[in-house]
Amino acid sequence: MYGFEALTFNIHGGYLEAIVRGHRAGLLTTADYNNLCQCENLDDIKMHLSATKYGSYLQNEPSPLHTTTIVEKCTLKLVDDYKHMLCQATEPMSTFLEYIRYGHMIDNVVLIVTGTLHERDVQELIEKCHPLGMFDSIATLAVAQNMRELYRLVLVDTPLAPYFSECLTSEDLDDMNIEIMRNTLYKAYLEDFYKFCQKLGGATAEIMSDLLAFEADRRAVNITINSIGTELTREDRKKLYSNFGFLYPYGHEELAICEDIDQVRGVMEKYPPYQAIFSKMSYGESQMLDKAFYEEEVRRLCLAFEQQFHYAVFFAYMRLREQEIRNLMWISECVAQNQKSRIHDSVVYMF
Amino acid sequence: MCTREREREADLVITILARRERMSGMVDASSWGAALVRISPYTFSAIGIAISIGVSVLGAAWGIYITGSSLIGAAIEAPRITSKNLISVIFCEAVAIYGVIVAIILQTKLESVPSSKMYDAESLRAGYAIFASGIIVGFANLVCGLCVGIIGSSCALSDAQNSTLFVKILVIEIFGSALGLFGVIVGIIMSAQATWPTK
Repeated sequence: MYGFEALTFNIHGGYLEAIVRGHRAGLLTTADYNNLCQCENLDDIKMHLSATKYGSYLQNEPSPLHTTTIVEKCTLKLVDDYKHMLCQATEPMSTFLEYIRYGHMIDNVVLIVTGTLHERDVQELIEKCHPLGMFDSIATLAVAQNMRELYRLVLVDTPLAPYFSECLTSEDLDDMNIEIMRNTLYKAYLEDFYKFCQKLGGATAEIMSDLLAFEADRRAVNITINSIGTELTREDRKKLYSNFGFLYPYGHEELAICEDIDQVRGVMEKYPPYQAIFSKMSYGESQMLDKAFYEEEVRRLCLAFEQQFHYAVFFAYMRLREQEIRNLMWISECVAQNQKSRIHDSVVYMF
Repeated sequence: MCTREREREADLVITILARRERMSGMVDASSWGAALVRISPYTFSAIGIAISIGVSVLGAAWGIYITGSSLIGAAIEAPRITSKNLISVIFCEAVAIYGVIVAIILQTKLESVPSSKMYDAESLRAGYAIFASGIIVGFANLVCGLCVGIIGSSCALSDAQNSTLFVKILVIEIFGSALGLFGVIVGIIMSAQATWPTK
């Protein structure tokens, strides 16, 4: 019953919600980012980070540091937090938390398949995978030659199995098909997640619908922009859009026929939430679009914390941590390559 | 002799009630009204006392677990909040104490009457007064306990993020706990008029 979750949510979820809100208090603030941007080298960054929650993860790293080490250790903190919450959760929260990692599983699958296509070593690829998206038998992905084999050998035993029904073909795996596969899987995953949240009902359904709708719309715009000028037909493009969100269904029809960015902008400006994003960019510019989308996403994720007694805080926390790790990676790279003037191009401040 | 007269009087009351109901359109002589009047006032009083303590404790326990689970989780990252936020738990506990006090008061009001007078209007009135008092206190404390519990949970989580918020949210909690007091006051006033017929 919507509105009365406060009566029973705390039976199973009260402790974990309080823990995730404690973790949220440990996210880096603008003052922290300003300190980090002033750093001269990676050891300075390590010193500044040792005062934050990342301290215990970085303190044993020997110098000289690499940016990949920093990112790896920070991701480790995210994984530890996630696993701690997952092992304490009961149904349906445990299913909800599992859904959060399917996106990473899809990314890992695509990473290994693409890497194998370009003749990279499997072990090297597995090290690059995101730890949240690991599953057993992931190494077997390197053996598959086409999608049917991929499904039959490896993915039928994973939670990604139900998402494969739309992209089972016997075509060989090449770059284009892999991208299509990635987007088809992600579309099925988002729709499944959306249905699951609707089933949960209450405040979770409302807040997650908003967050997932924004995600779906963002992916639709990215797919459109990335497929301008490629050989992806309009029908195929339309098949990759998810069946929910603000843009569904009329926006999708208009996006499917777009041939350049100004047309995309024309379509998006009809929708008030996205008009604000697109109005920040001047005509012909698309580099700022990623950052504008990230900023909008962060704004919505922070709003999810305003309400109590729902599961969307867990999703929001995971996404905010991932954004923070992206920020740290950008800052580390800029500092390591001595390009501090470009730091502010891509750092998204949260609070 | 006396009891038979009393029984005849009770039957007369019932036939009068039944006739009144028949005249107002209802047909059955053995109606719900007759059945209710036949229930002993002791039953009503005992149920009232049970509800007063039982449902109050339900409210207090519900409130304590709502606030306690959030408090424990939040105290992991911010241990300083534990001692101050125990006040929310104390407010919930006070609700249970109200229930106990009223139950004790009500049970002192429960007197024996001779069986001849057991179905007098005066006896029934005393039984109903104790029953109503119990219901008032029980359900007022149930919602008060819930209210204080939910606010206490939010208070703990907000205090962990920003310690200036604690006192402000505590004021809300104090208003919430006044609800239980309203119930207790009205309940005690109701029970004060539970006078059983003298021998």
